[in-house]
Amino acid sequence: MIGIIDYGMGNLHSVSKALERLQFPYLISGKPDELIECDAFILPGVGAFPDAMKNLEGTGLRTFLDQHVYQLKPLLGICLGMQLLFERSTEYGETEGLAYLKGNVIHFSEKQHHAHSSLKIPHMGWNRLAFLNEKASTGGIEEGYVYFVHSYVVEAPDELMAAKADYGCDVPAIVEKDLVFGMQFHPEKSGQVGTALLKRFCELAEKGVE
Amino acid sequence: MLTKRIIPCLDVKEGRVVKGTQFLSLRDAGDPVELARYYDEQGADELVFLDISASHEGRKTMLDVVEQVAASISIPFTVGGGINTNENIRNILQAGADKVSLNTAALIRPEFIEEAARFFGSQCIVVAIDAKYDSITDTWKVYTHGGRKETDWTAEAWAKEAVQLGAGELLVTSMDKDGEKSGFDVALLQKLTNCVNVPIIASGGAGEAIHFVDVFQEAAVDAALAASIFHYKETTIRAVKRVLKEKGVHVR
Repeated sequence: MIGIIDYGMGNLHSVSKALERLQFPYLISGKPDELIECDAFILPGVGAFPDAMKNLEGTGLRTFLDQHVYQLKPLLGICLGMQLLFERSTEYGETEGLAYLKGNVIHFSEKQHHAHSSLKIPHMGWNRLAFLNEKASTGGIEEGYVYFVHSYVVEAPDELMAAKADYGCDVPAIVEKDLVFGMQFHPEKSGQVGTALLKRFCELAEKGVE
Repeated sequence: MLTKRIIPCLDVKEGRVVKGTQFLSLRDAGDPVELARYYDEQGADELVFLDISASHEGRKTMLDVVEQVAASISIPFTVGGGINTNENIRNILQAGADKVSLNTAALIRPEFIEEAARFFGSQCIVVAIDAKYDSITDTWKVYTHGGRKETDWTAEAWAKEAVQLGAGELLVTSMDKDGEKSGFDVALLQKLTNCVNVPIIASGGAGEAIHFVDVFQEAAVDAALAASIFHYKETTIRAVKRVLKEKGVHVR
């Protein structure tokens, strides 16, 4: 059973519909005592970083993630959910994240090379993934296009990268370390490639990550 | 690099696709869910549903449609038509849509854009602009109520204002070109892409594949929308994308 974490930030519906299409059982909940039964977790998220952290902390979900998920069960953060896995973000001031992965979240304009400053923000639309390193999350999947919508971008060490996209700078698209996974794009809205990546995570969650 | 998006637009009235569609292969050409699935398979990058229901019942039916569409396709979609409160937006997003498109309500009360963007994030707030050329002032004027009422806004000023208030994307329809099938309104789109820095969807005028090439090559738009040429199978999304690729336009 995949637990979709409901902390008031998000399009839970589209993630759950994608799991239905893949026929993986799921539970949507914001209650730690219900979520504790699940074998793996998806942290979705749309909106602003500080609000998201405030909600996670205010609902006791942060403590739950720290104590019962991190390093114990697979966790996939999607879009803002991926950014929350890192140490801090500069969105509306500076906010501490969950810090399961090393790195920071900064605005696109701080990262893009000057020559590309005319690129539109948000980075919205279909962009091509390039897979990097050999990672569990991308194993057996063909590179292709996925759907992004975001204005902030992660800066993280190379060894975390499973896939990147190019938008005036390298955009970390899939990150992975042990049981912690992140996808900056929306796999649930990314056609065949997105569906394959989501399926891969669910399978890893089922079988257990090596 | 980002690809240019091709977006079919479906008009929905009381839960049924209207304006006629010509899909002999489908069981029911008026079923929005079946059409959505067809366009997803064809390689559409996104879909737009415009609810033109006149009744309250029709609007409620739209939420069921949105829910079924969300369960059936794996690409993003936008819902527009008659949205005028954050409550409306919440219902549509919760039913599974990715973005909403605001038009008349935003012109009546521009702060609505700000309220919506602050609450749901700019990434899901599209502002639709219906514009018509005015030869006396040599500008494009913005219209509301499905093009029936002229406003004091020029397209340029309203585009800037909408983005300033938090619109994450603009859907720009040329009323002069709409239905003409003679190509998109490149002059209008050039003007708007030069004055705002959010993605712009070009709408109105698509008649054949080469029109998509022209609009992407001549204006810095991010997406192009069309209805009847896809519905009547005058061309297909696949065919349009093939031509775009041949001409060096980056598509999925």
